Amino acid sequence: MLYAILCYHSEDVVCSWSKEEDDAVMAKLMTVHEKLEKDGRLGPVARLLPTTAATTLRKDQDPPLVIDGPFAETKEQLLGFYVVEFDTLEEALDAARELGRANPGGAYEIRPIALFHPGSVGP
Amino acid sequence: MSDLAWIDATLAAARPQAVAALLRYFRDLDFAEEAVQEACLRALRTWPQNGPPRDPAAWLIMVGRNSGIDETRRRAKLAPLPAEELLSDLGDAEDDLAERLDGNHYRDDVLRLLFICCHPELPATQQVALALRIVSGLSVPQIARAFLVSDAAMEQRITRAKSRIARASIPFETPGAVERAERLAAVAAMIYLLFNEGYSATGADAGARRPLCDEAIRLARLLLRLFQTEPEIMGLLALLLLQHARSAARLDADGAIILMDDQDRTLWNPTMIAEGLALIDKAMRHRRPGPYLVQAAIAALHARANRPQDTDWGQIDLLYAMLEQLQPSPVVTLNRAVAVSKVRGPGAALAMIEPLGQRLSGYFHFFGLKGALLSDLGRTEEARIAFGQAIALASSAAEAAHIRQHLDRLQREGGAPPQSNGSAA
Repeated sequence: MLYAILCYHSEDVVCSWSKEEDDAVMAKLMTVHEKLEKDGRLGPVARLLPTTAATTLRKDQDPPLVIDGPFAETKEQLLGFYVVEFDTLEEALDAARELGRANPGGAYEIRPIALFHPGSVGP
Repeated sequence: MSDLAWIDATLAAARPQAVAALLRYFRDLDFAEEAVQEACLRALRTWPQNGPPRDPAAWLIMVGRNSGIDETRRRAKLAPLPAEELLSDLGDAEDDLAERLDGNHYRDDVLRLLFICCHPELPATQQVALALRIVSGLSVPQIARAFLVSDAAMEQRITRAKSRIARASIPFETPGAVERAERLAAVAAMIYLLFNEGYSATGADAGARRPLCDEAIRLARLLLRLFQTEPEIMGLLALLLLQHARSAARLDADGAIILMDDQDRTLWNPTMIAEGLALIDKAMRHRRPGPYLVQAAIAALHARANRPQDTDWGQIDLLYAMLEQLQPSPVVTLNRAVAVSKVRGPGAALAMIEPLGQRLSGYFHFFGLKGALLSDLGRTEEARIAFGQAIALASSAAEAAHIRQHLDRLQREGGAPPQSNGSAA
């Protein structure tokens, strides 16, 4: 079974870390990552930029609505995610629109990734 | 991160909302501040055992409100003055508190609090000091250290600022769209001012003033989270992040400025740059660029260049032209001239800045750039005169030392054009 581990924390707290504090946390995480990787257990790892950098595409209407800011509803749940690569937000939004046409309802939050490690695990 | 450090960070993050909500509630800045202070003390006592609450800001508001009401009752007993005025809307507030705590309703409260700090009657330094004290919750000695003044002088500055705004009327009604936009612009300007207090520091003071930049970024982030669809606030945060990203490379061991061309770009902070670029991308979709966004876009073009020679000066020239339209100022034209010198040569740039001579006759950077352009053109004697004027206007040893490098180079090379001109770091 592949598992996703979703990371939650207070953005206010994490954003207030100094570079040294942030580096220290990342270094500690890195040792855990290395162990998982050595055991062949590690898939993709991503650290997202803060929610202030997020844009949301509401696809429960046609045409879908683009909203500045993160996904904020609580009556919908996180059911999956994609990692895509484009030069601009507009192109990423186009991809999300296309996905939305295939699967209307709900929303996609488009959030830039700060750090990405592809990992080595596959089904 | 230790328990205590986590609690400190959480309290600092929740503080603006808490002070802002209690200010609306009690309508008295000192009173609101004391109530939050009291709530923070209780948090330090109870959070380590009970764990942090789900919504720290709501917790602080609840506890601060109760302690404030206790205090009002106590005062009412000590001096039998009618406290009704202070307590009149407690009932209403209680009813809608739960609703207000869901986040969106904070935004006008926080904006009001920030707006009070940048009251037009307050001189710029008082605005910034007041915001640091009230909104950020920094202690007077911390602020005094950052401004390089004594604790007593800073205490006095803050007290004076508070008494000025106490006399001015605080607008408590919910702002209309136009008012809200005006407040937002004033607050953005204050945050940028705060950032520049830290960013412009050089020499031995630079380290002490650096936290001002971090705090400005934190406030800009807070503002953007409250006003998520404002492209200028995205632009402001992007601008601060992109400038601050260079901080590790901007100053040498003595705190002297290293020009951007000479900076070790591997020291630039890639995460801050990535966030800044993402914010610009987002803001551009609104297609109504304002001054912060355009300045951020200029900073982004520098940030995208891995080597100085990769910089897209043509695009920077266009963006400065746009900024000249949005916010005409001789300093903007001066900055544009740096880009023009790279694209069309020093002659074109010199022609562009010469008409500014009168208005910028007291401006260090004008003579610094003029000297650099003249020496690029081989007009050594005139370059020496301009550099001499720049040194006379330098406001710090670091600025003067930087111009002296230019003069030394002229001396050494006997007037041969130097490799770089004076683009701002």
